[in-house]
Amino acid sequence: MTRIVLSREDISRAIRRIAHEILERNKGAENLLLLGIPTRGVTLAERLQRDISEIEGRPVEMGSIDITLHRDDLRLRPPRPLSPTKIPVSGIEGKDVVLVDDVFFSGRTIRAALDALGELGRPSTVQLAVLVDRGHRELPIRADYVGKNLPTARSESVRVRLSPLEEIDEVVIEG
Amino acid sequence: MKLPRHLLSVDDLTRESAIAILDTAAELSKLSDGKMKKLPTLRGRAVVNLFYEDSTRTRISFETAAKRLSADVINFNAKGSSVSKGESLKDTALTLQAMGADAVIIRHPSSGAPQRLADSGWIKGPVINAGDGTRQHPTQALLDAFTIRNRFGRLGGGLDGLRLAIVGDILHSRVARSNIFLASMLGAEVTLIAPPTLLPVEIDQWPVDVSYRIDSKIYEFDIVMPLRIQRERMNQGYFPTEREFSRHYGLNVDRVAKMKPDAVILHPGPMNRGVEIDAGSADSTRSLIVDQVANGVFVRMAVLYLLMAGSDHSLDHDTEGEGAWR
Repeated sequence: MTRIVLSREDISRAIRRIAHEILERNKGAENLLLLGIPTRGVTLAERLQRDISEIEGRPVEMGSIDITLHRDDLRLRPPRPLSPTKIPVSGIEGKDVVLVDDVFFSGRTIRAALDALGELGRPSTVQLAVLVDRGHRELPIRADYVGKNLPTARSESVRVRLSPLEEIDEVVIEG
Repeated sequence: MKLPRHLLSVDDLTRESAIAILDTAAELSKLSDGKMKKLPTLRGRAVVNLFYEDSTRTRISFETAAKRLSADVINFNAKGSSVSKGESLKDTALTLQAMGADAVIIRHPSSGAPQRLADSGWIKGPVINAGDGTRQHPTQALLDAFTIRNRFGRLGGGLDGLRLAIVGDILHSRVARSNIFLASMLGAEVTLIAPPTLLPVEIDQWPVDVSYRIDSKIYEFDIVMPLRIQRERMNQGYFPTEREFSRHYGLNVDRVAKMKPDAVILHPGPMNRGVEIDAGSADSTRSLIVDQVANGVFVRMAVLYLLMAGSDHSLDHDTEGEGAWR
């Protein structure tokens, strides 16, 4: 069974709201660095960047950080190809870093991302923005900005579809 | 996509899996560009360097690669070990397994020794061939392909349409055998240039052109790879003198000047300057010899990651990240 929980409009409104919240919390975009976690986190970070730049009328920095090599569950899964890590030349030192991901679940991805960040430098703050928080945390980590809280059963799976990776923007629950 | 369980020969690879290794190595090289010097990926795993033959760059390269992924490295050199007391490969392997080796990187003077190690079941983890006799040296071919791909801007793809010349002692060269098959699998056209005595009999079954002269062809190639004369494997005279070999087949500045404007020189090392390559060519701007060494570490990191890190040997291209990973 598949049901749509966020439509295209819902997603763009959620991103717009998160953009405002990020600006409010950080008092502007000056020291911000948005870091998407591949694959869909990067697409979301791009959209957040577009919205924040529009609201502020000035560009905001973004990049991507692949966390595969920092995962603690590598041996439970087949090996994965690596995705690009792109950090602006100015680095992450002293920045307000906002990690961006699509689905927030066990928290293990974010733990790995924090480790990966630690290898690159020492940001001033690290915040987390996610499109969907589906619960079932296994680590003491929470998100600062959430598009939608989505209570789910463990057996269900949450699919985020975003253009241009997919044909349409939507979030569905399967199973 | 399937990755091999062991990496014994370039025949274990498909075009797709070879490109996946090269792409992984490319991402790893970008990570190391920044400050990320050490990754936790293989923490707590032990990699054994089992070397029955002399080597500097390959052993150090594998050791560096394993250490950058946080693996523990155990170096075993046959010289000064129980092997000199007559211990067999089997008993050495069983000892290493009992000590908890998670992967074995083997170099051996006998062709087929890594295959034996992999087939026997003496070792549970992956076996990686770091050069066996005159047979194969797959990570060298991968790092050469990586270096060529970078130079010719072929990231994410193969070596399609590029022309590679391998010059000199083909007969004794495992690097040549690995490069010939990997480069042609990736779409390059390979030409061997050597005196007839240094060409093996089986070349008519290989996907190569053969030439006995270098001067008539040198301007055709994108990549020229001279090989060292392997005196240690020679038991008879294959050519009159080194000087004569050098005059007919050595890469020198005059020949380099006739190469295509953007053509490059690769050499697997160690070099015998003045024999197969002169100093002016080895140190020229066309020479990618130093790049090869640097790239070797990234390619070997990629191989160790892909063969050791996961639970099995399929490469999971599922981009619906949340599907299986949490």
